[in-house]
Amino acid sequence: MQEEIATQRNTNKPLQLNKKKKKVTKDQWIAISFLAPSFILVLIFVYGFIGWTGWVSLSNWNSLVPDMSFAGLKNYIFLFQDFRFQADLRNTIFFTLFFIGLVIVMGLGLSILIDQKTKGESFFRNIFLFPMALSFVVTGVVWQWLLNPSTGFNQFLKVFGIQPKWYTDTNILAGFEWGSIEFGLPVAILAVVIAAVWQMTGFSLAMYLAGLRGIPEELREAARIDGATEFQIYWKVILPMLMPITVSVVIIMAHISLKIFDLIYAMSGSGANFVTDVPGVYMFEATFRGQYYANGAAIAIIMLILVAVFIVPYLLTNRRSDS
Amino acid sequence: MAVNIWKPIKYSILIIMAILFLAPVYVILVTSVKPLDEVSLEAMWAIPTSIDFSSYVEAFTELAPNFMNSVYLVIPATLLSALLGAMNGYVLSKWKFKGSEILFTVILFGMFIPYQSILIPLIQFLRNIELYNTIPGLILTHVVYGLPITTLMFRNFYANIPDTMIEAAKIDGANFLGIFRHIIIPLSITGFVVVAIWQFTNIWNEFLFAVTITTSDSQPIMVALQNLSGSQIVQWNVQMAGALLAALPTLLVYIFLGKFFVRGLLAGSVKG
Repeated sequence: MQEEIATQRNTNKPLQLNKKKKKVTKDQWIAISFLAPSFILVLIFVYGFIGWTGWVSLSNWNSLVPDMSFAGLKNYIFLFQDFRFQADLRNTIFFTLFFIGLVIVMGLGLSILIDQKTKGESFFRNIFLFPMALSFVVTGVVWQWLLNPSTGFNQFLKVFGIQPKWYTDTNILAGFEWGSIEFGLPVAILAVVIAAVWQMTGFSLAMYLAGLRGIPEELREAARIDGATEFQIYWKVILPMLMPITVSVVIIMAHISLKIFDLIYAMSGSGANFVTDVPGVYMFEATFRGQYYANGAAIAIIMLILVAVFIVPYLLTNRRSDS
Repeated sequence: MAVNIWKPIKYSILIIMAILFLAPVYVILVTSVKPLDEVSLEAMWAIPTSIDFSSYVEAFTELAPNFMNSVYLVIPATLLSALLGAMNGYVLSKWKFKGSEILFTVILFGMFIPYQSILIPLIQFLRNIELYNTIPGLILTHVVYGLPITTLMFRNFYANIPDTMIEAAKIDGANFLGIFRHIIIPLSITGFVVVAIWQFTNIWNEFLFAVTITTSDSQPIMVALQNLSGSQIVQWNVQMAGALLAALPTLLVYIFLGKFFVRGLLAGSVKG
């Protein structure tokens, strides 16, 4: 809103300040020169480098010695036929679905509980939020131990006669053949999902809590007077109003999940039969351990495209609703 | 009536979830103060019979140089990226020009790219300017790729400063830089705190750039921690002490500046 007003005022300005027009243009010029270095840096380091990575992905540079001769789509074709990369795509799909789903359900559920005149509100909020301050590496190191099949939570689960193998499990649930891989839920991924959800639930909690605080009390009152139950108020009034927040959470979690690297690298690595491998880990190992630069670049470009599919429409609609 | 049943259920859920969320902290703390002979897979949850800080001593000697690398990295990188973000945010909120919105979107996209997609050219570039495997190279990297988020945060922050203030200053004859120095900067303290906390946390916790741009002596703490846990010789108590040591700075920021931390979290999510 405020920004809308700001834009309107800005467009009116040249008329009002006609006398000082020369000065305004000079200041505008300084403003542009203020922004220019950052803009040029972004152009080179983001767009230029993406272009260069794209070029590397089309080259034959698959050894220590740079070889930029044109290879066409060879590296991409290799990847899509590659068992490991197919497994990566499968893992990414299931990781993303479970991760986003759980972060939203947990964040929304906890924020509703905390929002209801709960005693010790800030105490609970702080507990659910603190993992956000940690690094994925720390999370990975700690959860690697907590979800170790012979220790950690399994010591409690043993009482109930269940002992999951967590990230060492090689089972794929409900699968069908897809290329050379079994396409279905890799059980091992759930261990990584648990760690990631532990870390990121605080984010959606904070978002939803801010959203709930923004809903005027009169609205709930009005619904109550109309005879709505508390459940109906949440289901029919509040949840729809939180939709924009859910969209933001999905977008942000999706881009985190599609490029995830450090958590999995620190926690489980690729896993047996690549059950916990993801493109981020493959890219790192192909490029910096195997010196397959062109393959690594191709993985990176595919990751970028996956993220862009989510982000670009979001950024564009965001822009449009602004003006 | 429904409220009476609901209340205990609500608190039970919250308490159970809180215990689950704190379980890793319990394990870190308990394990890190156990003497070596008590660290075993079976006794993971047991309270130590005696408190032994030798794992901290070992973790500290192991990680101290990398901890300092992170300090030398995070302070200049945070300050520089906050300063550049403030300059950009000021222009993009108070000195909009034709096409500035498109420019902003172009910058913003850089926030979402997977850094894998720029990593190979970045390393080639850093090699060429001889900043590869150096802390200044990492500082440059974090400042550049921090630009989108710091610009966004300052732009949203400055949008809340009324334009009438800027207009009044203009009429009084203040120019672009004068307004920045005398009006915007003094009003930006909270903005700087929020952005600095966000950048501090992100840069301290970052791993991909750290592990690919630096080797051995210049590695920041997160890489060293990962190496520590990757090697089989090191004991779990040392690893947990190391994890705590690596997490301490950002945890302290969270504990003492939690309000600003959360504000940064919310500001970091794009809201136009």
